[in-house]
Amino acid sequence: MDLENQKRVKEFTEEYGPENIVVLLGAAEGEASGLAAETVTAGDPTFAGPLTGVSLGLKVYHICEPEIKELIDEAVYDEQVSMMEMVLDVDDIVSEMTAIRDEFCKY
Amino acid sequence: MSLLEGKKVIIIGDRDGIPGDAIAECATSAGAEVIYSSTECFV
Amino acid sequence: MNSVVKGTGYILVHTPDMIIRNGTTQTTEMIVNPGSEYLKELPNHIRTYEQAVNYYPNQTYIGNMTPAELAAIPTPWYDKPMENAPRYGKFGEIMPEAEFYLLMQTCDVFDLMRLHKDFVAAHIEAFKANEIIDETIVARVHAGVEQDEIEHFVNDEHAEGIYYNDKLVGYLKRAHDVDVNLSAHVMLENIVSKASSVLATLYAVKNAGINKEDVDYIIDCCEEACGDMNQRGGGNFAKATAEIAGLVNASGSDVRGFCAGPAHAIVDAASLVKSGAFKCVIVSAGGCTAKLGMNGKDHVKKGLPILEDVLGGFAIVITENDGESAEINLDILGKHSVGTGSAPQKVISALVTSGLEKAGLKITDIDKYSPEMQNPDVTVPAGAGDVPLGNYKMIAALAVKNGEIDKKELATFPAKHGMMGWAPTQGHIPSGVPYIGFAREEIMRGEIKKAMIIGKGSLFLGRMTNLFDGMSFVMQTNTSAEAQQAAGVSEDEVKVLIGKALKEFAANLIAE
Repeated sequence: MDLENQKRVKEFTEEYGPENIVVLLGAAEGEASGLAAETVTAGDPTFAGPLTGVSLGLKVYHICEPEIKELIDEAVYDEQVSMMEMVLDVDDIVSEMTAIRDEFCKY
Repeated sequence: MSLLEGKKVIIIGDRDGIPGDAIAECATSAGAEVIYSSTECFV
Repeated sequence: MNSVVKGTGYILVHTPDMIIRNGTTQTTEMIVNPGSEYLKELPNHIRTYEQAVNYYPNQTYIGNMTPAELAAIPTPWYDKPMENAPRYGKFGEIMPEAEFYLLMQTCDVFDLMRLHKDFVAAHIEAFKANEIIDETIVARVHAGVEQDEIEHFVNDEHAEGIYYNDKLVGYLKRAHDVDVNLSAHVMLENIVSKASSVLATLYAVKNAGINKEDVDYIIDCCEEACGDMNQRGGGNFAKATAEIAGLVNASGSDVRGFCAGPAHAIVDAASLVKSGAFKCVIVSAGGCTAKLGMNGKDHVKKGLPILEDVLGGFAIVITENDGESAEINLDILGKHSVGTGSAPQKVISALVTSGLEKAGLKITDIDKYSPEMQNPDVTVPAGAGDVPLGNYKMIAALAVKNGEIDKKELATFPAKHGMMGWAPTQGHIPSGVPYIGFAREEIMRGEIKKAMIIGKGSLFLGRMTNLFDGMSFVMQTNTSAEAQQAAGVSEDEVKVLIGKALKEFAANLIAE
């Protein structure tokens, strides 16, 4: 994850408290989703950014995951995401995200 | 309790997936407060 | 009449030392994590020049194989070398690093870059042997300096070291002691961009069969900025490139739009020619050192070679209609507007269907789409997916939504109307333009009638706006004969008619 984005995630978590934060991702495939999710839960797996060794354990979802999709206004989701959902491998994304959450999410 | 309603949402979008702004529209519609939205680019 | 694509130039430069020393993934790692496993492992993953030349996607980029031939080879491609592949192709070449350092030095007009005298001596003959490098460029080669001078500037004067096989062989010093815009780092990036643009421009001029003196205007569309502390993006790369390339009658300017820059620039160039303002305009861009090895961490982690080991460059010559070359149709333009938003379906609709609808065309009326032609060998292991394929699926989904194709045709649309990507991830380089050379030929051979070139740009990375960007245009079969036929009379016939009328008028005057 971009270093500036890691820095912002860290700052906002300190400001609002980790229990109040949800991170939403839009990555193009499963593995990239998993890496981003790992960064905001277990810490930066690439050891490059401000979240290296920082286990925030934040709640993190991909926008295409069913539990998020069902909360979003249907018309808005349809307009903003639906066509891309046809392009992405949602099953792969869901399985990567679930694995990371099960292991590292604290909230 | 809803996952998104009343929550502070941080968005990390992807240029070749779903961009940040598109996710922000969705999150807002679910009653979340978007506190940060960014889009990454790997190409 | 529509302007035409008269010729194209496509070049790559293999830059193994620059990956390590100038790619931002690596330079950032050296700052935040200098002892990392990645930096230790990286040198073992660098390809030799021969390996980079023998790589099918690179051979496609310079024109030695067609996109269809590439697509017939199963991915991944990095482990299937094309044995003894040639350095030169019909569009350009893959230049080795040493010769490129000489070219960079010839593109330095401020005495900033010097190479070791032995290095110059060792490589000058190869440099001269390249037919595209003319004597005016060869005459700009400096004989070189001693090692003491190189070490002095690198150690004491903030110069960037120039390395070859990991050995210090030259320096590129800062152009100002205080101004960060003229720092050695920025000057190196800019001279690299300029030099690779010069090389592509030389090939484009040659391939178009025009004289250098014929070029009226040049537009640079890379993603660098040149200027000083009082005008950071003052410019301009275009004219700087034209000067070294010998385009003595050309003026020029820079157009920027991240990866969408080339599409904007080509629409500008085609407009300048169609309006009659200029007869011959070149759009060119050089490569980007910062993006070398950009996804290297993923490649190394997965045991792959560093595939982002080449700089890219291209140049497109756009001229008045010659009656045979593929045209640029300015009546079918797509663009991402401020109000379009960032939802992927809105972006692709704005770029693909808005222009087609105006012209009364369907998505399936375009034979080939060239959106972003990034090589999937590079992007898939890096988690960015197969970028062209993603675009094709979106375009196909739009066609289904518009009722133009059946849902069961979704799966076959990408192969029928698309291609596998072959361009290096150099930002603006893959953005639609790599296909223009092939599209010109396929259109002229009658294999296809219309191709859409789509550029997309991540404007939000500049933190000035959160907007996305994009522009598209259509290349098509030459229509000048049809246009003349439709007009009923040819230009020559008009001349005869006017001459006859004038004679009659004169006769009447005399009679009176």
